[in-house]
Amino acid sequence: MNGIMNGFLLSILIWLPILGAIAVIVAGAQRPAMAKGLALVISGATFVLGLPLFFAFDTTTAAMQFTEQRPWIEVFNIQYYLGVDGFSAPLILLTLFFGVLVVISSWRSIQKNVNQYMAAFLLMEGLMIGVFSALDGLLFYIFFEAMLIPMFLVIGIWGGPRRVYATIKFFLYTFLGSVFMLIGLIYLYIQSGSWDILAWHELPLSFVAQKWLFMGFLAAFAVKIPMFPVHTWLPDAHVEAPTGGSVILAAIMLKIGGYGFIRFSLPITPDASAALDWLVISLSLIAIVYIGFVALAQQDMKKLIAYSSIAHMGFVTLGLFVAFSIYRNTGDVSGAALGVEGAMVQMVSHGFISGALFLMVGVLYDRVHSRMIKDYGGVANTMPWFAFFAVLFLMANSGLPGTSGFVGEFMVILSSFQANFWFAFLAGLTLILGAAYSLWLVKRVIFGAVANHEVENLQDINAREALVLGTLAVAILFFGLWPQPLVDMLQVSVDHLLQHIVQSKVI
Amino acid sequence: MNGAQMLLAAPEFWVLAMACVIMLVDLFLSEERRGIIHMLAMLTLVFAGIITLRGDYLTAGVHSVTAFNGGFIRDSMGDVLKVFSFITLGLIYTYAKFYLRNFNMFRADFYTLSLFTLLGVMLLISANSLIMIYLGLELISLSVYALVAFNRESSRGPEAAMKYFVLGSMASGMLLYGMSMIYGATGSLGLVDIAAAIGVLGEHDILLIFGLVFVVVGIAFKFGVVPFHMWIPDVYEGAPVAVTLLISSLPKLAAFAMAFRFLQSGLGDLHMHWQGMLQVMALLSIIVGNLAAIMQTNIKRMLAYSTISHMGFVLLGLLPGTAFGFGASMYYVIVYALMSTAAFGMVIMLSARGIEAEQLEDFKGLNQRNPFYAAIMAIVMFSMAGVPPMVGFFAKWMVIKAAMDAGLLWLAITAVIFAVMGAFYYLRVIKYMYFDEPENEAAIVAPVDFGAALTLNGIMIIGLGIFSGSLIAICINSFATL
Repeated sequence: MNGIMNGFLLSILIWLPILGAIAVIVAGAQRPAMAKGLALVISGATFVLGLPLFFAFDTTTAAMQFTEQRPWIEVFNIQYYLGVDGFSAPLILLTLFFGVLVVISSWRSIQKNVNQYMAAFLLMEGLMIGVFSALDGLLFYIFFEAMLIPMFLVIGIWGGPRRVYATIKFFLYTFLGSVFMLIGLIYLYIQSGSWDILAWHELPLSFVAQKWLFMGFLAAFAVKIPMFPVHTWLPDAHVEAPTGGSVILAAIMLKIGGYGFIRFSLPITPDASAALDWLVISLSLIAIVYIGFVALAQQDMKKLIAYSSIAHMGFVTLGLFVAFSIYRNTGDVSGAALGVEGAMVQMVSHGFISGALFLMVGVLYDRVHSRMIKDYGGVANTMPWFAFFAVLFLMANSGLPGTSGFVGEFMVILSSFQANFWFAFLAGLTLILGAAYSLWLVKRVIFGAVANHEVENLQDINAREALVLGTLAVAILFFGLWPQPLVDMLQVSVDHLLQHIVQSKVI
Repeated sequence: MNGAQMLLAAPEFWVLAMACVIMLVDLFLSEERRGIIHMLAMLTLVFAGIITLRGDYLTAGVHSVTAFNGGFIRDSMGDVLKVFSFITLGLIYTYAKFYLRNFNMFRADFYTLSLFTLLGVMLLISANSLIMIYLGLELISLSVYALVAFNRESSRGPEAAMKYFVLGSMASGMLLYGMSMIYGATGSLGLVDIAAAIGVLGEHDILLIFGLVFVVVGIAFKFGVVPFHMWIPDVYEGAPVAVTLLISSLPKLAAFAMAFRFLQSGLGDLHMHWQGMLQVMALLSIIVGNLAAIMQTNIKRMLAYSTISHMGFVLLGLLPGTAFGFGASMYYVIVYALMSTAAFGMVIMLSARGIEAEQLEDFKGLNQRNPFYAAIMAIVMFSMAGVPPMVGFFAKWMVIKAAMDAGLLWLAITAVIFAVMGAFYYLRVIKYMYFDEPENEAAIVAPVDFGAALTLNGIMIIGLGIFSGSLIAICINSFATL
């Protein structure tokens, strides 16, 4: 299993884009074409190199794979320790996929400082892969925080008119959340004498300590994912960010919050998670229902998608935390597995769908330079191919069976029935609300009579855009019709996690 | 006193001799050939480093050696701090040369005075008795008073120097007063003897505690922590940038050493008393420094308040009185000296001929004018804000852990919250550089050595973070005997 190559694979996936970013900065100065080409080559190469993560992935074990472990800061027992399991591997693959896609999608729309733009995205790609593969607490934190720097610059340099406000808000919000996690991590280090996340999973902790740690992790991940009521940075950041920034933010960065719950909150503080599950579940339900209504009222397409993202991420947290009440009701973890798997499927699926939606808005914005719904109408008349994709993506967003959006939501709703009827009922409202805001958007933007002169002169998507949107459409349909490969990757890790979290760690 | 003892203080003697040599050589140099002074000063630092690093006084099992009746101590903490003083001063000289030439102040006095400052720093780092501490402290202070007023044409310089002098003298007075009480209580001047005497007297001797309070005031003034911080913003702003560069970095290294030697080696048994005082000052500095910095529009003042908050973080590390805590603080001051040098170096670089780039707005659009230097400044700012993987982050988490070790979780939480608030003003600098259009399109010209030094400085700020293992180990092992 662990060939020579596999021992370094994760390091290559992290450092190739990061070093590539430096190359792009240097070689691409004053030569935008060079910068774009080089960025495409690097992200493409990283994607290809990352494929063994899927093909050579052993779906029969919950143990970490492709591990790499070497001492880093020996005085504190900090290690450079990487590895993936069924939770992180799909998210890394998603990151690799979008790494290529954002480079292609930004081909024309970015004119200023192209080398810095491309470098920022490569840097982010490497750092995000680092977040998903780090198994050392401090290493995780470093990737988790360092990632903010390129995103901060991307929104601030290439963003819209209120970009400065949005990006500083984004940075400070996330920074504030994560410093509480840092205190938690240091506490765990003091308790255990190690930074090994897997060792922390086994570390017995008093209930009070667990509660505090849980709150620390919640502060970091609730902001990141984001959960109601700390979601307000997201609409601002999304609206002001350039298309590529929005795509990465929605498709990958939000998933880091969900991943954090899976990697830290649930296994390190299982008793506190079980005791405080009502908190997370109620916030998730508020996000699903209330934010769904908020999305309905938006005038700005990007804002609408941003709010819809928050609502959809509510399913992730719901799916993860209903596990405890299911276990309490049935005394059996197998029922809870559906919820956790659903949450993971939802994360991957939402990655594709939200990325696609933001790219879709980007296509329109590149042509009309407006994101307001009222500036459009009847786009289908002049951009039939675009309309085809847009309708597909929005349908997927509203959870149409046959698209990946359906699978995750369905699994989560199904499992929350076992926990509490009302959880399922409220979560089920999303099928109505999601359909309402998605389809209403379709009606107002895509269908109807041609609204104005600008829409009349629209050019349909070109081959490059068709390639990007088409790839995403295939992915969304593929996972909608046959989610089995993804579920196979997850299964063992989910079972392992659930077995672990139902055992009390209280000393 | 024998030759071996003299040899222990060889680096100090070398610096003293060279300071005098430079003063003399300058008399015979014409205006154009003054570059030689710069070369001589750099050479002084290089050789001082080599002499210090020889370290052959240490044999197996020996952690420190004293000389001059125990008044002077050589140990690995001192050596590391001294070497970083040389590195910092080397960077400062490279930046300052450009500035001094631009502002027609390229005179040898700068070099002599700063070498005397360095000598004071070295003595203070190695001081092991009250006399030596005071000697080192005053050598630093007097040289720096003169340096602050270095620009004779400016009215602000002398004003700042006066303020600094008055407040500084008062602080020295306080320190002396405290020392006299400690001397009165223990009957000795050497820190080792004092520690032994305190062991007999017990930790509740009222005279000792009074002495301690005044000593802490003196140390706090040197660090510039709240409530003894008033001089910092005015002096930073009033002094020429080249001098601000110096006072923001070198004396901090010495202040740390002084705090360690005085509080731990000398008054270690009074830990429970000084811990409380440092706690209050750390908390206030972090709060006041960060909040006040947000309101500044002048970058020198902003960095001044940022120093105050950073020194608050340094105090956090001193709280538990453990090897880890002191190591963390030491790492923090070293890192801070490097960051602050780079930040003021950037200010110098942007200063056009004869006009200091003092306002934050002078950084507008730097990314358009010169992306490379903008990136270095961004690295420095992120590092100061404590964002990984920059070195500032590593320093911060260590001192936060130290505070948690001392059982002060609330203090750690408050510190991180204010660190996040502090991030705002660092981000604002980045906002000016990256998100705004330049007002001044003039190309940025800097001499080769300047650019090289700044690049090296920037690399250190990332590199000492990512490859922080060895420096952290050195810092913590310096206190292995605790």
